[in-house]
Amino acid sequence: MLLRHTPKEINPRKALTINPAKTCQPIGAMYAALGIHSCLPHSHGSQGCCAYHRSTLTRHYKEPVMAATSSFTEGASVFGGQANLVQAIDNIFTIYDPDVIAVHTTCLSETIGDDIPQIARKAEADGKIPSGKFVIHVNTPSYVGTHVTGFANMTKAMVDYFAKSTGTRANRINIIPGYVEPSDMEEIKRIAEMMGVPIVLFPDTSNVLNRPQTGKYEMFPKGGVTVEALMSTGDSMATIGLGRMASSPAARALDTKCKVPCEILDLPIGFKATDRFVDTLRKTAAINVPDALNEERGRLLDIVTDMHQYFYGRKVALAGDADQLIALTEFLVSIDMWPVHIVTGTAGKDFEARIREITRNVPHPVNVSAPADMFLLHQWIKNEPVDLLIGNTYLKYIARDEDIPLVRFGFPILDRVGHSYFPTVGYRGGMRLLEKILDALMDRQDRDAPEESFELVM
Amino acid sequence: MKVVSKETISPEVEPIDPAAVKQELLRKVPTKVARKRAKQIVINSLAENQDVPEIGANTRTIPGIITQRGCTYAGCKGVVLGPTRDIVNITHGPIGCGFYSWLTRRNQTRAQEPAGENFMTYCFSTDMQEEDIVFGGEKKLRAAIQEAYDLFKPKAISVFSTCPVGLIGDDVHSVTREMKEQLGINVFAFSCEGYKGVSQSAGHHIANNGLFTHIVGLDDTVQEGKYKINLLGEYNIGGDAFEIDRILKDCGITLVATFSGNSSYDQFANSHTADLNTIMCHRSINYVAEMMETKFGIPWIKINFIGAEASAKTLRKIANYFEDPELIERVEEVIAREMPEVIKVRDEIRARCQGKLAMLFVGGSRAHHYQELFAEIGMKTISAGYEFAHRDDYEGRHVLPNLKVDADSRNIEELEVHPDPERYRPRKSAEDLARMQENGFRFKDYDGMMREMAAGTLVIDDISQYETERLLEIYKPAIFCAGIKEKFAVQKSGIPMKQLHSYDSGGPYAGFKGAINFYREIDRMVNSQIWTYLKAPWQENPELAAKYACD
Ligand code: SF4
Ligand code: SF4
Repeated sequence: MLLRHTPKEINPRKALTINPAKTCQPIGAMYAALGIHSCLPHSHGSQGCCAYHRSTLTRHYKEPVMAATSSFTEGASVFGGQANLVQAIDNIFTIYDPDVIAVHTTCLSETIGDDIPQIARKAEADGKIPSGKFVIHVNTPSYVGTHVTGFANMTKAMVDYFAKSTGTRANRINIIPGYVEPSDMEEIKRIAEMMGVPIVLFPDTSNVLNRPQTGKYEMFPKGGVTVEALMSTGDSMATIGLGRMASSPAARALDTKCKVPCEILDLPIGFKATDRFVDTLRKTAAINVPDALNEERGRLLDIVTDMHQYFYGRKVALAGDADQLIALTEFLVSIDMWPVHIVTGTAGKDFEARIREITRNVPHPVNVSAPADMFLLHQWIKNEPVDLLIGNTYLKYIARDEDIPLVRFGFPILDRVGHSYFPTVGYRGGMRLLEKILDALMDRQDRDAPEESFELVM
Repeated sequence: MKVVSKETISPEVEPIDPAAVKQELLRKVPTKVARKRAKQIVINSLAENQDVPEIGANTRTIPGIITQRGCTYAGCKGVVLGPTRDIVNITHGPIGCGFYSWLTRRNQTRAQEPAGENFMTYCFSTDMQEEDIVFGGEKKLRAAIQEAYDLFKPKAISVFSTCPVGLIGDDVHSVTREMKEQLGINVFAFSCEGYKGVSQSAGHHIANNGLFTHIVGLDDTVQEGKYKINLLGEYNIGGDAFEIDRILKDCGITLVATFSGNSSYDQFANSHTADLNTIMCHRSINYVAEMMETKFGIPWIKINFIGAEASAKTLRKIANYFEDPELIERVEEVIAREMPEVIKVRDEIRARCQGKLAMLFVGGSRAHHYQELFAEIGMKTISAGYEFAHRDDYEGRHVLPNLKVDADSRNIEELEVHPDPERYRPRKSAEDLARMQENGFRFKDYDGMMREMAAGTLVIDDISQYETERLLEIYKPAIFCAGIKEKFAVQKSGIPMKQLHSYDSGGPYAGFKGAINFYREIDRMVNSQIWTYLKAPWQENPELAAKYACD
């Protein structure tokens, strides 16, 4: 047994987190910053955080993840990191030449209280920022919020630093995709294109963290939202933010700063949430939904109706980020599965209320806790077993110990590929999710079926 | 470009002038940075007295350079204590540090089924929140230790401080002292805040000090066994320690403790009863060996189980230490039994790998050790360097007396150690030691990486991403070895990349079976057809034929 010390009996813990269902702000900020074209994320603190964040993102994407660090030593920790950051900015522009350096802080520089804009001004005064280049920043103390907060904050920084209104509205919609995979960002762009809606999507990690093998490494690949496009967001006619936690700070900032009205939707996972997304796009842009997209919706629904018997009443345990879990839970409930244990490390009261609302007709008690950890999830499962686990790679330890099939979904996925190439958002993403769920459940049925009832046709 | 004598590098490569390469690496960087890097980029040469040039190492990382290095916490909690299975290791800090060091290093461990303790699959953290940073985290830490104890009743609980903890001044040591008293189990802490020192290396030292102070020597039970040794600096990545274990067992050598692959708390507690300390990774663990020698009288020797020849040499060295003909004979039998299979595979693979170039930039010992394995299949190391080693790991321990202790190293406590009044027992008399040394047996010695590298090769400390890319362009090596952060940028340039921290998904590579695994792995990587598909047919031949197929 891999998690042999996890007892069935649940005693409340106040101080000790075991097997967290979240991680820290800067990694989300780093991920978001990689979604700006020609941007080098920079971690202002000691170098360990940066090494850890790069390693984790690299393991998740199997792609180069470049970022620099201020490499604090004890001296910098006492006297502040100004000299380190100014030198870093000089080195980065001289050696690596990005268009943008996106600085985020760490627990260390936050605790010291370094003033990044002041340091950036100093670097500028010293002539370390070439003209036409940018240094942007965001504060990401990890003792507040989670990796999703970091993503949300860096995305908001893109608005704070770049969005401009020229006074002329453009026929264009901003979409903030939330903390989703590059494949999902690509899919959202594809849907908008199908519908003929001009959009700016930011951040956009497609073609950055899922780029092709060409034999030629480029530190700054084709993908990413350009600074120019970010500037133009202030003139767009509306913003759609997907995922409340990850996207609403930036969407609201655009509203405040440039009077671009915003709508915050759930992540478009499953057909209901995708319907709302498509409908909002349709109404905002005043267009008709093309047949091709209706057909995609129909195909998703076709899988649901064809295979309903395999979904109905199956109990599922979920761990992950709040935005994902809300949409995913709704999707599962909508196809008559029963999400019965749900934990996230990322959120509080609103999340619980929302999940309660979504699951109110599930004919089974539902455990939901936020913030909570995977140790608790495991204990719940020991008390009330489930048919399926959905969540990140760390769930594989529970999956093996309890012999429950696992569908990998969320962050991080360290042991499988696919998530960076194939989306889980939109109707097609929904189809992929259902394929994975069915594969997992039906493989299990095949494995466990007595010989006489082993099925050829399923 | 000036021509380097072909023999020193490889008959198959265009002779490339290393001085010109060095210049190229420094060309674009700001002057001040170039000055510093110039000391860390060295063209290797070997003087007649075996001296190698001086290299800059264990100095501060240059901000913004894109370094491979991690932090002190990673060296302490991740590297040294990470592989211990029966200590509840609690990270005291915000959630990230603990999360990222959760199970990501591939240290294997074999706990007894079904009841043996194994906490390696768990991540324990105090997950500090803003109020803990503002008002201090000691209370939460105390409560976390209590909760861990209530849940698991472990033998020991240890605490690792992350950056903010040092700044807000939590006294982790007094908390652990108190809890030790209160719970009646061993509870101790490491002040391994990430900003201490210049790399993981400082964390190794802090971990060594902690192990030595809090665990080593707690259990005086003397185990059965004629030849009792400890294996230091072997972390059982990909199962290396299992293979070494197998070989030692076959030789009749008893492993008292491994620091710290597949280890248990009891092994550490008992390790001072061994009669010899053998060191694999000199960088991360020589401190414990030194301290055990002073306190308990256990000599240490440098060994290496990476490479089949090196493994054989190591076994002979251990046997010679015990000066027992029976052991010497047994060791020869084991070597004679293991080598034929190794040689068979090696020779077959050498025919396909001969003369190809390798580059190794990793860690504090592996960039050296793995050159052995590459050499065994005829591959040449054209450039290598460590991520966090010190000068002695490059140039050999004879430079130790001349090392400058800078401000960053001074931060790390040097324990004052004295012979134990009761338990100090020199394993060899002074005369024996002198006699053995006269006969060429070398105690506490390490020659470092550079003496074993060819003249004209480039030795680069703390290589940056920029330098990595230039080297790849200039030398186009057949394989590049480093860590996960470097992996995919290298592969995206069309060059296979082997991780030598985690071994990707491979291993073991230590010992005899490990050597065979490694030969096969490198053969797979450097001779695969998959790297030939980079261009589509129409990219290779873009001209249009003015004909339709149906014409
Ligand atoms: S906060 Fe400090 S201890 Fe934690 S990963 Fe960063 S550098 Fe290391
Ligand atoms: S110190 Fe803070 S920012 Fe760095 S890894 Fe730990 S939690 Fe994350």
